[in-house]
Amino acid sequence: MSDNDSDLENTPEERQPPHRVIGTPPPARGLLTEPGPSGEGDGGGIEPYGPGGPGAPELRELPADPPNPVSARNWERVAAAVFLISALASVGFVAAYVGLEVHDRGDVVDAALRSNLALGSAMSLAFLAVGVGMVIWVRSIMPPVELTEERHPLASTPEDRAAFAETFVEGAEASQITKRPLLRRTLIAATVPVALAPLVLLRDLGPLPGTTLRHTAWKKGTRLLVYASNQPITPADFDSEGGMITVVPEGYQDNDEELAKSTSIIIKMAPGQLQAPTNLNWTVDNIVAYSKICTHVGCPAALYEQTTHRILCPCHQSTFDATKGAQVIFGPAPRPLPQLPITTNAQGYLVAQSDFHEPVGPSFWERG
Amino acid sequence: MRWITARRRRPLFGYAAVLLALVAVGMLYAAVTGLGGSSASAGSGSSSPLITQGKNLFAVSCASCHGEYAQGTERGPSLIGAGAAAVDFQLSTGRMPLKETNAEAARKPPVYTQQEIYAIAAYVASLGGGPAIPSGQQDSTAGADTGLGQSLFNANCAQCHNYAGAGGALTDGKYAPPLTQATNRQIYEAMLTGPEAMPVFNNSTLTPADKRDIIAYVTQTRAEANPGGFSLGRIGPTTEGLVAWLGGIGALVLAAMWITAKRREERTGEITDNR
Repeated sequence: MSDNDSDLENTPEERQPPHRVIGTPPPARGLLTEPGPSGEGDGGGIEPYGPGGPGAPELRELPADPPNPVSARNWERVAAAVFLISALASVGFVAAYVGLEVHDRGDVVDAALRSNLALGSAMSLAFLAVGVGMVIWVRSIMPPVELTEERHPLASTPEDRAAFAETFVEGAEASQITKRPLLRRTLIAATVPVALAPLVLLRDLGPLPGTTLRHTAWKKGTRLLVYASNQPITPADFDSEGGMITVVPEGYQDNDEELAKSTSIIIKMAPGQLQAPTNLNWTVDNIVAYSKICTHVGCPAALYEQTTHRILCPCHQSTFDATKGAQVIFGPAPRPLPQLPITTNAQGYLVAQSDFHEPVGPSFWERG
Repeated sequence: MRWITARRRRPLFGYAAVLLALVAVGMLYAAVTGLGGSSASAGSGSSSPLITQGKNLFAVSCASCHGEYAQGTERGPSLIGAGAAAVDFQLSTGRMPLKETNAEAARKPPVYTQQEIYAIAAYVASLGGGPAIPSGQQDSTAGADTGLGQSLFNANCAQCHNYAGAGGALTDGKYAPPLTQATNRQIYEAMLTGPEAMPVFNNSTLTPADKRDIIAYVTQTRAEANPGGFSLGRIGPTTEGLVAWLGGIGALVLAAMWITAKRREERTGEITDNR
């Protein structure tokens, strides 16, 4: 943009980069330097240290002073104020951490949300203000000069590379690794198993799933309990057509790992609504039970529309027809929701006839 | 890019800063204050002249779709056995009388006074049973177990109505309405009668105590403050992520423009631009 650019553009390729990081103070003026041929303005071109010597082309330094000292002084105050705001915000962060109790009495959720807001706002302000102050500093106080920094060659010098190659070949020859295949091969035989041995330890990451994905907690005679209230149900209790409720196997109502597979829904239909392929021998009094775990990726599929008898999964809109064995009528689910065989026991409560007859939930590698 | 380059001038950043400050002040205000909510409920009663009044009202406004004797027509279902609770729910939420036939009846200001609703409800109840309107004692949340209510709500209601009662979409244009305006009694009646696509949760499956717990969870969640300042509809991480993306990336773009924007001194000062 200024005459600075044209100077750098004229620089020959073989010029060594100056040994100075941009942003650090320039080398003391007057030592090892002489005025450049186009010296002008506030001191102009100064040649830095470097192997270039007096014959190397001239490099311009950043002018030390801003073009408008009054404006720079005003902006200095602004930047300083912003830095102080950052400091205060950091203090505020500590104060909020100490001051806002989240495990005290009262509304814990509300207190946690307020604490999060205070901590997040204070920390954002602390970081943001530092950045804003630095940008003000650069934009309004530093001199408006654009500098181009040449890219350094990445490769070592040809001499260094040749020396390394020579040393390597000498070392290889002295070791006689090419002449002694027995040593070479046994060394490989020694190192490869050492590298493979840790793979065996992966086995200790946890028990293998075994057949647990194929079975749930439902067994012959397990009572169906209403989830959370843990009440057993009789068909007489669940007698409103269009009714739906989430049920869990008795004895596992607090076992989250089992409930992740076993949780089911029961739906009460009007007489004659249940059709094949629903297994009517697995229903009681027009009550049908399906797994609540979607066969797509295992979300709880329980949006039940009693007018259309559709069961929806909230995650990806898989839609199942509850009157027809929970067949998939829309969405990415690959299979119907498995039907849980239910009956009533001697006391009249709804119980499972057996476990599900197929694995519940999403597909897995060995499902078949 | 040249369009943006030509317009990134300092006044824009002044406005952006003012906007940012307003948002920050708003958030701070919302953090300090906090929204509260309350609800009221009323009792009911019924008598024989009430049924006569209800029958007359029914003949005027309901019989055209539900039939002269509430037996149902092709335009509306039979109400025999629907019960007083269903009538009170539909009329007090303004869903009935239906204004137009849509996939879902929307909540509207009620057409009838509460006394008229009681009359129609008494008439429909006299046609044959059905659940009664819950009393103020039945739908009171005093002493309810909100934690149990949350478990029940999450298992049986949240999949349609959203975990914070913000509502959600169903199939073919139907939707589960938000629970933000429903009164305790309306929530109770909806569970009891299963309006439209909603399943029925009768009193022997979800006991009246369970229903009170659920109502307590719904109303208490509704009264929960939004310390960030915005509820974003309480629809969950999708809207929050969208706002964070659009708002956050917008702010980053503005910041990047500010950092790299040319300074005025450069354009008007003594240094000439030769590009």
